[in-house]
Amino acid sequence: MTDLVPMMIWRLVLGVLTLVAVSVVIFLSVQMLPGDAAEAILGQNVTPDTLEALRRSMNLDVPAGVRYFAWVGNLLQGDLGTSLASNRPVVDLLRERLPNTIFLAAVAACVATPLSIVLGLVCALYRNRYVDRALNAVALGASSVPDFFIAYVLIIVFAVTWMVFPPLSSIMPGMSLPTRLYQTVLPALTLTLATTAYMMRMTRASVVSVLSTAYVEMAHLKGLPKARVVWRHALPNAIAPIANVVALTLAYLVSGVVVIETLFVYPGLGQLLVDSVSKRDIPVIQVVCMLFASFYVLLNMAADLISTISNPRMRHRRNP
Amino acid sequence: MVNTMKWELNRRGFLLGAAAAASLGPTRLMAAEGPKKGGVLRLGVLGGDLAQTLDPASTAGSLDQMVQMMTRNGLVEILPNGDLGPELAESWEADDSLQKWTFKIRKGVTFHSGKPLTVDDVVFSIRHHIKDGSSSPAKGTLSAIVDVRADGPDHMVVELSGPNADFPYMFGDNYMRIVPDGTTDFLDGNGTGPYILTSFEPGVRATGKRNPDYFKSDRAHFDEISLLVVADESARIAALQAGQIDAMDRVGYKVLPMVERAANIRVLEAVGRQHFNFAMLADQAPFDNLDLRLAMKYGIDREAIVKLVLNGRGYVGNDHPIARNAKFFNSELPQRAYDPDKAQFHLKKSGLAGTPLQLHVSEAAFAGAIDMGSLYKESASKAGINFDLVRSPNDGYWATVWQKVPWFTSYWAGRPTEDWMLTSTYSKGAPHNESHWSNDRFNQLLVAARGEADENRRREMYWEMQQLISDDGATVIPVFANYVTLVSDKIAHGDVSPMWILDGYKATERWWFA
Repeated sequence: MTDLVPMMIWRLVLGVLTLVAVSVVIFLSVQMLPGDAAEAILGQNVTPDTLEALRRSMNLDVPAGVRYFAWVGNLLQGDLGTSLASNRPVVDLLRERLPNTIFLAAVAACVATPLSIVLGLVCALYRNRYVDRALNAVALGASSVPDFFIAYVLIIVFAVTWMVFPPLSSIMPGMSLPTRLYQTVLPALTLTLATTAYMMRMTRASVVSVLSTAYVEMAHLKGLPKARVVWRHALPNAIAPIANVVALTLAYLVSGVVVIETLFVYPGLGQLLVDSVSKRDIPVIQVVCMLFASFYVLLNMAADLISTISNPRMRHRRNP
Repeated sequence: MVNTMKWELNRRGFLLGAAAAASLGPTRLMAAEGPKKGGVLRLGVLGGDLAQTLDPASTAGSLDQMVQMMTRNGLVEILPNGDLGPELAESWEADDSLQKWTFKIRKGVTFHSGKPLTVDDVVFSIRHHIKDGSSSPAKGTLSAIVDVRADGPDHMVVELSGPNADFPYMFGDNYMRIVPDGTTDFLDGNGTGPYILTSFEPGVRATGKRNPDYFKSDRAHFDEISLLVVADESARIAALQAGQIDAMDRVGYKVLPMVERAANIRVLEAVGRQHFNFAMLADQAPFDNLDLRLAMKYGIDREAIVKLVLNGRGYVGNDHPIARNAKFFNSELPQRAYDPDKAQFHLKKSGLAGTPLQLHVSEAAFAGAIDMGSLYKESASKAGINFDLVRSPNDGYWATVWQKVPWFTSYWAGRPTEDWMLTSTYSKGAPHNESHWSNDRFNQLLVAARGEADENRRREMYWEMQQLISDDGATVIPVFANYVTLVSDKIAHGDVSPMWILDGYKATERWWFA
């Protein structure tokens, strides 16, 4: 177990370096987009006079490099900066949206992860039978169509035709949990449908490969009940790839739900990011992207940690 | 009554009767028993951008505009028939020179905070747009103001650098909202308007409750207002069908045939002044050539665009920006039609046949811009005029393409007066003169008409100006597009304003539940 600590520290250092690289890439790409925040905000109302006034009030007349390092400096002191467009602290913009996004991701993950692991196991155990084929067809179908299409279908069926769930997720501060869940049903369902296939297929594949190993055959031969073979012998050895795909899916649920949030008017980070990119609001874009990148780094680390712990050979690796 | 009210123009000055001002009711618009009070109006609006600080001097999307109109008032109000009515100013008059305007400020009006409205608040609110360092979109419109000051406790005086017979209309602009003197943080939405802001989350939602002390007793019929940003059009329509909202912002012309059949929903259409256009830069080759410009004007099939792009919700334009429902619309100017022979003739005469031409189109200007460009290309090629369509991304369109390439798509929402429209977008040197067109006769007439008090003489001048733009201008204006929204059939309203969408953004104040 002691080997884990230096490994985690090393991974953390790499993670921070990744974040630095991400921040540079994001800053440069926003710089490369046509137009700046002042031009984006003024739109057709732009005149040389108002443009200059707005640029000065936004500090856009300062060279890009200077602005970047000022931003890094503030960040290190815990100051996330101020939005160019709304002139509000970025922290204020995140305060409600970050929990909202995490809530949606959590609801979707709580449904999708157990569901897909169980379905994946079922497929593995009954591989190439009708159950396996039917589940695969449905899951692959759901993940092959774009997620916004699933969203529209769900809206038409559940919101417009049957009127059981609201088409817009009006999440208000101070809402009770059941109301909040009710408002979140359709986007969460969309995300569940979109992500289940991936996790289910990975579970199926890794369990199938373990089930075909000699020690599973041995376990069967020595007369162990089927359930015990699966839960005690097969599944623990299939955890590593499953943990990886679950981690990636969770990161996707947090950072990749831009379209779904827009469709359901779900007030989360995705909508904030879209609005900020179209307004060239660099401080907000930077912080949101750093958050997304941190999720990826942390969840990947967690996945590695789980696969290391689940694998005694890696846990007790001897130094060469 | 207010709907027949016209303010008289004469050399002794304008005076809007205080009697007319007191009876603000749009009686003609009401049903027999009058509008009902009550209910919560839920609106799905577009424009979820975060640049919403509720500062009247900032540019923002629909949510901000709706909140401005529901929480604040202007000095004057542009009425649904296009005339000017009183709001926080009871009356106004100009001196003989039409350069000095005096506004009488309404008494007994209070802000939501309880502070009474004074002339200082009005002066502050106007100076807020024109002060140094202001980035207000209204700064250009108000550039003729030399001085704004209080004149005693009830009057405000505005002095202009030149005469302007239509000047008070500018205070009906969406940006010209009145806020308390000295305001620096506008987010509380403090104003004199029909609803008190109860919550506001930029780019997401806003709510308000009826202002019990609102000075207009026959407006503001809803108990509460709930504005929600729904950026996606399909989501807005679904929410309306599911009864989650009662009315929505802007709907694309393309989907109208599909949603018209839906139960409980109806299309609300306002014949406005919005027009879609293709502007050519008149100060550089190749469009400094008048014959080439005329070839382009004859080579476009306007009727096809009205039919196919607007689904019939609009009418053909005559290459000038004055709408049919404007006061000084030139009704005798012959309508330019699609004429391949004439187009071909002018192209030959220009000597520029075969010059490679590129038309930049983008949906940033308006939904359907790319379709409109394709139809144009098609009809022009039948006249032997060939050009390439360049699709420009929406992002950064106004900063990097508009006025930067020789030929591009644009649109204008129209302005309440002819002078305002022509001065801001066709006068020499104006930053929004997108075609860089400069015509000496036009510029002389523009200044003369602005300072002319006699309506007949003004009409003659505006008619000539429309002809000049149509024949010599560098803008192809094929269509005027109606404002189209969808509302639940529970919504009732009077005549709908031709200025901007959602009844000039005043739906919250003017509509009611049937």
